[in-house]
Amino acid sequence: MTSLLRIDQVSKLYRTSNFGGGVVPALRRVSFDIPGGEVVTLIGESGSGKTTLGRIVLRLTAASSGQVIFSGQDISAFAGPRLREYYRQVQGVFQDPFSSYNPVYRADRVFELVRTSYFPHLPGPQWRDKIEAALRAVALNPADVLGRYPHQLSGGQQQRLLIARALLLDVKLLVADEITSMLDASTRVDILNLLISLKRAGLAILFITHDLSLGHYVSDRTVILRRGVIVEMGDTVEVFGHPRHPYTRNLLTAVPELHKKWRRLDAEATADAGGAARGPDGPDRAAGGPPTSPAVARRGRWPARTPRAAEALEPPPPLVPAGPGHLVAETDP
Amino acid sequence: MSVRVDHLSIAYRTRSGDVCPVDQVSFSVADGEIMGLAGESGSGKSTLGTSLVYLDMRMKHLGGSVELDGRHLPIDDNRAMRPYRMKQVSLIPQYAMSALNPTRRIRRLIADLLRSHGVRDREVMTELNRRIALVGLDQDVLDRYSFELSGGMRQRVTLLISTLLNPSLLIADEVTSALDVSTQRAVGELLIEFRDRGFSKSLIVITHDLAILAQVADTITVMYAGRLAEKASTGTLIEAPLHPYTQLLLASLPEVGARHDQVTLTGIPGRPPSLANPPDGCRFRDRCPFAFDRCTTVPPFEEVAPGHFVACWKAAA
Repeated sequence: MTSLLRIDQVSKLYRTSNFGGGVVPALRRVSFDIPGGEVVTLIGESGSGKTTLGRIVLRLTAASSGQVIFSGQDISAFAGPRLREYYRQVQGVFQDPFSSYNPVYRADRVFELVRTSYFPHLPGPQWRDKIEAALRAVALNPADVLGRYPHQLSGGQQQRLLIARALLLDVKLLVADEITSMLDASTRVDILNLLISLKRAGLAILFITHDLSLGHYVSDRTVILRRGVIVEMGDTVEVFGHPRHPYTRNLLTAVPELHKKWRRLDAEATADAGGAARGPDGPDRAAGGPPTSPAVARRGRWPARTPRAAEALEPPPPLVPAGPGHLVAETDP
Repeated sequence: MSVRVDHLSIAYRTRSGDVCPVDQVSFSVADGEIMGLAGESGSGKSTLGTSLVYLDMRMKHLGGSVELDGRHLPIDDNRAMRPYRMKQVSLIPQYAMSALNPTRRIRRLIADLLRSHGVRDREVMTELNRRIALVGLDQDVLDRYSFELSGGMRQRVTLLISTLLNPSLLIADEVTSALDVSTQRAVGELLIEFRDRGFSKSLIVITHDLAILAQVADTITVMYAGRLAEKASTGTLIEAPLHPYTQLLLASLPEVGARHDQVTLTGIPGRPPSLANPPDGCRFRDRCPFAFDRCTTVPPFEEVAPGHFVACWKAAA
């Protein structure tokens, strides 16, 4: 599989407003590929740098060091017509559909903005056909949404409209940053299924989320970020099926599931790790031990955020192979 | 019975008439019960929870009554409710993350709150210190401002404050929503622990996330468009739901372990009806694959098995 977009040793330092100018590393030498026509999920908790990376790919934020290579070219050099050409192929959709629209204008104005930039000479009827084709691709009925104001559309419809806008262009890569987190459960899954059908039609997607179950449902490859460093990445089935890094395992046991209680997941994870003592609470709680407060017993597991400025200059722990197409950080970043 | 809500209706005043997001709602919460209240946005779940503690200017009590520990709760009278708040009923409002006053240190914030409720007991502060350690916070959290705390820490502080006087009922509105999975789990487990230790006799946990409720709640109540759709014990509701809405909602939730090439999840077509002008009969009718002619009359919220209530003609038949 050829790589469509390569993220190569990308770092991003944010300056803090402290006197003395501290720096916070949002990303530290992150490298991975997005192959054409695949869904890559970027999973991380808040502060992991996942949104920063999406913004760097969309050129909304500049990387401090490292390169993003699109079709063999460094995107940071793009300007003018070349940048416009880049945006023809790479588009983003963000978390909050309600604030992506100007409430004063009709929602389909987002299409008009694309037209003035990219299709100024296209005759009206052809433009209309193009819009209708894009709307059908996202399973919207043009009559339902054209000419409406944003408040007359549901969150799911608004999000679809933004995806349709990206489809008007020759989009090859869609950066989808938490696009379902503001939607209700009953409409969320339709958007996920839409992403999957677009992927089958050849679109590559960088799916950024904090929700592991959504990531597992849609993606081919998974990258797990923690504090700006990749802790584990590889084939989605492999990463979720055989998580190697303790952080990944912790995340997986914390996901609330419908049919399994947290405590049972704890017990399973402990068994998985060969019975190794993973925490003070694992084995005895599974055996119905003393009613110690689980939350407090776990207190040590998620330490308060350490000052990160010192980490800025340290190289991240190296990734070592742990299976077919599966890389794990050697130590805890 | 700790809490009994009987045919409660709450409306919002708008320029085009009353909008009724809580319509003839009846349920009860037992002592020591954690009741999960689930629903999509606009279902009325937050309005229901909030109305048991505080009716703000926009809200109007249309009818129905609330009983707490056998005593009538005057929810329609804000002044009469004041002695009950914090001591009997306590609310962690939605967006509690930003509920803490940023210009006061936490210690001062709590002291002000206690004074305004006429509590002068020094022992409360001793108890507070004990509980701070219990939830895994450092003592110096009291001398910080809210913006110095992380989301998880703030959520724990609001949890501590609202249960400080051991209320009979704690209403926790979306307390886990804006948190990371690991912090979410810690807060979820704290809710259980607070109940176990009697810091709050019973709880109503409001969230849109059924998976969280599957972890923390004893019973789950599902709300749709201002009415209750189903209430059952957590196990029953997750494994054998009777209301079509609950069934479809559960079917649309992806789980870790589900992949798109193995299972195709489906959403629920359509969207909830407008509450300004709700349709007659069952409000889920338009989206329901099983709807039939009888659904044009309102189905009663009936007990079909012990502890299992459903408002659906098909399920009750």
